[in-house]
Amino acid sequence: MSDQQLLRLDGVSMHYGVGATAVVALAGVDLTVDRGELVAIMGASGSGKSTLLTIAGGLTKPTGGEVIVDGRWLSELDPRQLAALRRRTLGFVFQDFNLVPALTALENVSLPLELDGWKTSKARRAARDALGVVDLADRANHYPDDLSGGQQQRVAIARAVVGGRSLILADEPTGALDSTTGELVLRMLRHRVDAGAGGILVTHDPRHAAWADRIVFLRDGRVVGSSESETVDALARP
Amino acid sequence: MVTIKNSLLALLCERPHYGYELRQEFESRTGSTWPLNIGQVYTTLDRLQRDGLVESMAGDAEGRKVWHVTPTGRDVAAGWLTRPISRPAPSRDELAMKLAIAASLEGVDMPAIIQTQREATARTLQDLTRTKAAGGDPASPHELAWLLVVDSMIFQAEAEIRWLDHSEQRLSEAAAGRRAAGRIPRTHEADAPRAATATRTKGER
Repeated sequence: MSDQQLLRLDGVSMHYGVGATAVVALAGVDLTVDRGELVAIMGASGSGKSTLLTIAGGLTKPTGGEVIVDGRWLSELDPRQLAALRRRTLGFVFQDFNLVPALTALENVSLPLELDGWKTSKARRAARDALGVVDLADRANHYPDDLSGGQQQRVAIARAVVGGRSLILADEPTGALDSTTGELVLRMLRHRVDAGAGGILVTHDPRHAAWADRIVFLRDGRVVGSSESETVDALARP
Repeated sequence: MVTIKNSLLALLCERPHYGYELRQEFESRTGSTWPLNIGQVYTTLDRLQRDGLVESMAGDAEGRKVWHVTPTGRDVAAGWLTRPISRPAPSRDELAMKLAIAASLEGVDMPAIIQTQREATARTLQDLTRTKAAGGDPASPHELAWLLVVDSMIFQAEAEIRWLDHSEQRLSEAAAGRRAAGRIPRTHEADAPRAATATRTKGER
């Protein structure tokens, strides 16, 4: 595994149940994500894309195969080590933002660092920087209810990358947003990845998947193809 | 071409232009997406003049003409901008035609055809998105015009992918229907329907 590689899935399978009623959610999926790379996962409902994301994030243990995050084999970690890896390396972004309503934007972003033992002042400073990156420095003391959907999702992105977390796992992050706000959120995500993070973007929207460097297509738990952007200038600017 | 004619006329409503200026304006405002040669511009202007929609006047010392819109031309341009575009009868879309023919043939791997096209269209979509993401000042009027054109291409590519997804599902449901009616054996299935997939057991493939 190269230093550039943040995530590797080797023959990952996920079966629910046994015997005649068994359901195969993933069947031998191989996938890598490098630093600076955004990979989109597309597929119909039930194709296994959300399962893949929860397995990559160490939230679900696969029934087969190996998951390697930033050089660590998840199967070799005990629950405490796994939780620490999730706090320090992984950032999750969900469709419904998942912000704590009783905390301000700043507190939401600094929370994972404080849970990880950071001093409050240091955690708040890092959180303020992260909010600055998503252009929300002036909303730091607002509560989620006082923010628009797009702003809440940007807070969630700040939370996902705060404190040097390097792998962003986003599950339909634009699903609850209108078209231009969704695009703004994707620009932010793209920007964080270009700055050196890695990311997986699960989406059913081709226009949003197109922000990724690579689109991986899943069907019935298997990778059936992928597409990679090659040229930079599809169309000359005036 | 009617579209070029109307576009040039609309630009002349803003202010008079030399022919070469008109070409530059057209290209920069449409994101250089549809290059015009200068001959096309002059042919179009001659036709517009013949129809009484523009007039030319002697311009500079080199004898270049300045083109002005006439009141009738102004009305025609206003009508073009405000009326919806009516599209001609369905165009001979090669992809739709290919899928329709392929679906009627025996032994064609439809999911593979659809997936190959999906990847190609996704690549186009990624290239367009990457170009769009690569900067530019959104506040500049030319950037805005360019974004409108790029977005139009992005939405067309997206529509094609959605249509492919839809077609795949339709074909898979049709195959399931034929199987249920006993017309084709299960081993010839083109693509297992999702309902069946959910209950497929580990060793079945």
